[in-house]
Amino acid sequence: MTTLAASFIHDADFIEVLYIIAFALFIYGLMGLTGPRTAVRGNRIAAVGMAVAVVATLLVEGMDNWALIVVGIAIGTAIGIPAARNVKMTAMPQMVALFNGVGGGAVALIAWVEFRTSGGFSEDALYVAIFSLFAAVIGSISFWGSNIAFGKLQGILPGRPIQLPGQQFINGALLLVCVASAIIIAAGTTSQALFVLGILVAAALLGNFVVLPIGGADMPVVISLLNAFTGLSAAATGVALNNPALIVAGMIVGASGSILTNLMAEAMNRSIPSIVAGGFGGTAIAAGAGADMGDRTVRSTSPADAAIQLSYARQVVVVPGYGMAVAQAQHAVRELATELEKRGVEVKYAIHPVAGRMPGHMNVLLAEADVPYDQLKEMDDINPEFPRTDVSLVIGANDVTNPDANDNPGSPIYGMPILQVDQSKSVIVLKRSMNPGFAGIDNPLYYEEKTQMLFGDAKASVQEVVSEVQEL
Amino acid sequence: MLVTNLTILVLAGFVGFAVISKVPNTLHTPLMSGTNAIHGIVLLGGLLVLGTVDGLGTLDKLLLVIAIAFGTINIVGGFLVTDRMLEMFKGRKAEQVEAAAEEDESK
Repeated sequence: MTTLAASFIHDADFIEVLYIIAFALFIYGLMGLTGPRTAVRGNRIAAVGMAVAVVATLLVEGMDNWALIVVGIAIGTAIGIPAARNVKMTAMPQMVALFNGVGGGAVALIAWVEFRTSGGFSEDALYVAIFSLFAAVIGSISFWGSNIAFGKLQGILPGRPIQLPGQQFINGALLLVCVASAIIIAAGTTSQALFVLGILVAAALLGNFVVLPIGGADMPVVISLLNAFTGLSAAATGVALNNPALIVAGMIVGASGSILTNLMAEAMNRSIPSIVAGGFGGTAIAAGAGADMGDRTVRSTSPADAAIQLSYARQVVVVPGYGMAVAQAQHAVRELATELEKRGVEVKYAIHPVAGRMPGHMNVLLAEADVPYDQLKEMDDINPEFPRTDVSLVIGANDVTNPDANDNPGSPIYGMPILQVDQSKSVIVLKRSMNPGFAGIDNPLYYEEKTQMLFGDAKASVQEVVSEVQEL
Repeated sequence: MLVTNLTILVLAGFVGFAVISKVPNTLHTPLMSGTNAIHGIVLLGGLLVLGTVDGLGTLDKLLLVIAIAFGTINIVGGFLVTDRMLEMFKGRKAEQVEAAAEEDESK
């Protein structure tokens, strides 16, 4: 009886059935993620699907090397759980980049081992070689690109674009090296060195060089793109290993990541190729530092003045950005809104699609602070309201309010849709200093007559304004 | 085998497009994080190669243990982080979000 049960659970068809259950759960879970009420459950359903897929794989006939498998899973769990538990909400984007990167790394390593154990793919069918090589290249790009994105967002590397002379040419050459090496290997060459240097190292350099020149609001687009890449490389691994669960899950991620990347790029009026070609903000430093910096002045204000202005306004629009996230100011902002509402001021929040470092970043933070969802307005809804807004309160947002995007064709962000903050009657900008933002682009909004700057940490500033409002 | 797999590949791509294209803006970040966790499924690749391929050398084994650890980090970390993000939409707020989402659709 036991032997019958044992042979049944190791049966290839039974494992296939488990895989079908697993990817049905993935799809069902993702459908749940599309609605706020079902999202938590959706994510958990997908996680259950993952557990089923892993268990099914461990049941495969003739599984061996158990000790090493346990070691690998234990190490991964020991690193993954505390990292995910302890990360601050504001550091979420770089965490996603990091998790994405290790996925890509795993793909590249698996392809490498396959190459080594199959005598340079000489024992495999041609399609296995092609899909493995594709997985190796994309996985390696994704791993290194994500690490660079992590380094930039975490502040380990400078956020400004870093560009080599002849960048496009170097990137093109590296891509060519990858493709050429892949063709030579697929044609039957079994050289270890060619695989390591021509595929893994060249792709690693390409990953570094593609992400290094990217700054500013382009970062979330790139993380999303790398996410899609890792998905595609996982699907390719699935074809090479003949594993349907890998194919389905990888491909769904590839498809969804592509859509998300496209949505984000559209919101910025930029095409994905031009983002990947890089240099966003690179020219900006020159343009900003060049012209008329000298004769422009900024007006700074005090928390007391700001409090008076806000309290006697009819409508206040809060424009949050990455600065609010960094300062963890969302609760203080919520408190300020409550105080103002008590005094009959109408408070709304203007959410730019790429405010922060990821789409929806601001929504998540403000939801955490219990801001009513109906006060969060998307760009197209809020822009017509700015002319009848008394005070726009810009909290740590920069590029998404830059009027240069409308009227300065020389600006690198020219053409990007912005929040029309400069049309409101007055503007109060909370900012740490006059340093230009993440993208290093100067913002003429700060020099306008109706703009007042409140320098300091966003959270501390908002709290001071709150106590001033309470004393009025 | 190849044709079957390519069929699965193409169909899965369309399923991905169909399921994902309806997500409201608010959920884009959790969605990105959730799909990110799902591509941790490469863990299966590591398990299969380490568990069933014969003649692995020491370096091969080392690389695969790293790959398995990477895949596990991707899965465990990815789902946990997504769960933490989504917790914020739970309860009373979920209804508001829902109502607003419906409002958006009816526009």
